[in-house]
Amino acid sequence: MKPDMTVNCAGILLRNPVMTASGTFGYGEEFAGYVDLERIGAFVTKGLSLKPRGGNPTPRIVETPGGMLNAIGLQNVGIDAFIEKKVPFFRSVKTPAIANFFGNTVDEYAEMARRLNEIPEVAALEVNISCPNVKQGGIVFGTDPACASTVVTACRAATNKPLIVKLSPNVTDVVVMAKACEDAGADALSLINTLTGMAIDLNRRRPVLANITGGFSGPAIKPIALRMVWQVARGVKLPVIGIGGIMNATDALEFILAGATAVQVGTASFINPGAAQQIAAEMEAWMEANGVADIKSLIGALET
Amino acid sequence: MQFTSMILSNAEVSPGYWRMRMTAPQEFASASPGQFVMVRVNGAIDPLLRRPFGIFDVGVYTPSQSGALSQPCFEMLYRVVGKGTLMLSALHETDLLDILGPLGMGFDLGYVDEEKLIVGGGVGLAPLYLLAKELVKQSQVRLFAGGRTRDDVLCITEFERLGVECYTATEDGSLGECGLVTEALLRRLDTLKGKAKIYACGPHGMLNAVAKIAAERTIPCQVSLEGYMACGVGACLGCVATGHRHSPETPDFRCVCTEGPVFESGELKWRD
Repeated sequence: MKPDMTVNCAGILLRNPVMTASGTFGYGEEFAGYVDLERIGAFVTKGLSLKPRGGNPTPRIVETPGGMLNAIGLQNVGIDAFIEKKVPFFRSVKTPAIANFFGNTVDEYAEMARRLNEIPEVAALEVNISCPNVKQGGIVFGTDPACASTVVTACRAATNKPLIVKLSPNVTDVVVMAKACEDAGADALSLINTLTGMAIDLNRRRPVLANITGGFSGPAIKPIALRMVWQVARGVKLPVIGIGGIMNATDALEFILAGATAVQVGTASFINPGAAQQIAAEMEAWMEANGVADIKSLIGALET
Repeated sequence: MQFTSMILSNAEVSPGYWRMRMTAPQEFASASPGQFVMVRVNGAIDPLLRRPFGIFDVGVYTPSQSGALSQPCFEMLYRVVGKGTLMLSALHETDLLDILGPLGMGFDLGYVDEEKLIVGGGVGLAPLYLLAKELVKQSQVRLFAGGRTRDDVLCITEFERLGVECYTATEDGSLGECGLVTEALLRRLDTLKGKAKIYACGPHGMLNAVAKIAAERTIPCQVSLEGYMACGVGACLGCVATGHRHSPETPDFRCVCTEGPVFESGELKWRD
C-alpha cells in the first residue's frame, strides 16, 4: 500500500506536504522543465506588490558556509503583470498556486489581498509581513505584534481564501508574533522567513552585498527553524508550514515531527531545481520503508 | 537539462587557470556559443551553490573500448578564484559532476560580410573559443586577447589553429604589446573599410571600454557578462545587470542567466 501523503493545510488540499518557498521558484513556470509540478503539494509565487519593483543594486547574493545571503529587494512584476502574464500558466497545472504578497502600508496589504482574492487560479494567499511600514518610521510589520495584528486583520477582511502568514525569525519571541497573527484571523502560519545577516569582504573592507545586510537561508539555518516551528506548533492551534534549510526528505520529516503540517523547500531549488519533487518522493519512500501509512500520523509526533 | 557528467581530463593550462573536458548527453551537441553551465562541485552543502562556467568548446568523445558509442563532450576554461574552483581543480578523470545546462542566450553570429572582432580578457576567453569556431566558417575573425601578465593570456594557439588572427596585450608587457588590448582593437577599427561586429567577454572595465568604442563608432557589439547567481534559471534574481533605461525611479534590470549572459552592449548601462 502506498502511504497516504495528503494533508489539509488550512483548507488547502495538498497531494503531499511539500511546497516550494516564495522567492525561490519564480512564478512556477520557470521550473516547469525541471519539476513535475503535479508531484508536489503546492507552489508559492515570488512576493508580489501593487506596483512592479525593480529590486536592489548588485551584488545581491553571496554564499557563506552552508548557506547564502540574499538582498534581492523584492523584485517582482507587480499585480497587473502577474494577472496578465503569470496566472494563465496556473490553469495548466493541477496543483494549488499560492500567491505570496507584501505592501508598504496596511492599505497596500489590504488592497493586494483584495486583488488576489479575485483571481480564481490562486488557491491561497501567503502574506509576507517582514517589510518595513513606511508610514510608521519603517518598523518591520512582522517584528511588532500590534503592527502584525493590524496588517493581518486588514488582509483577513479583504479575502475569503486561506490566508497564510509568513513569520519573520528576527524577533525576540516568535510565539508572541504567532499568537498575534492567530488572533487577527490567519488560517495558517509559515516559518521561518530568512534571518537577517551580513558578509564582509576583509580585503576591500566593505560589505559584500550592495544592500549591506541580507536574508540568510540554506541548510545552516535549519536548527533555528526547527526550534521555532516546534515552539509555534505548540503555542498556537493553527496549522504550521515549516521552512528553513530543507535539503532532503529527512529534513522535511523532521519539520513534520516538530509540528509542521506541510513544508516549503526554498534554497534547495536553486541548487537542484527538481528538489521539491525529489523530497516528496523520498518522503514517501521513507514512509513505506518505515511502515508509516499516513503522513498525518507524523505531524507533531516528536517524543520529548 | 540536468545531467551527470564524467570528467575526461582536468589540467592546469597556465598558473591558476584550468581546462576541464567532460561528457555530456546527446542534446548537449546543440549548445550554442555563449551559453553556460551550472556545475555542482560536490554533493555536500559547502560549497552550497552551483558555479556558472562558460562553455569553451563542444566536441565528440569516443571511448577507447571497442564498440563503445560516441557521445558529446564539452570543455570549460576556469580560473581558481575561491573554494569552489579550488575543489574543481582537485578533481580527476572519471570523477562525476552534476551539471545544469546549456543555459542562457548565446551570441548572435551576425552577417557573413562583417569582419568579426573578438575581445577577451583573462578567463573571459572561455566562451569565445566556441564562438570563434562558428564564426570562422563564414567570416574573417580577429582576436584581441588581453591580461595582466602572460599567464593571463590563454589558449591563443587554439584560436590560431582555427585561422583566427590574434593580437595580444599585457599590462606588464610580458606578452604582446604592453598596455590594454583595446588599443589594438582601436587600431584595427581605424584601418577597417568594411562592416564589423564586436564580441567581448572579460573584466567589467574592459567591457565598459569596448562598449564605449562600439557606441562611438556605431558598430554592433555583444558582450557576455558574469554575475553572482544562485540558480541559473531565472528564479533567484541575484545576477541582474542594469539595462540602459535604468534609473532609481524606473528600474531596468536584466537577468544575466536567462536574458543573457550575452547582451547587445547598447542594451546595458555603462559608466561614462
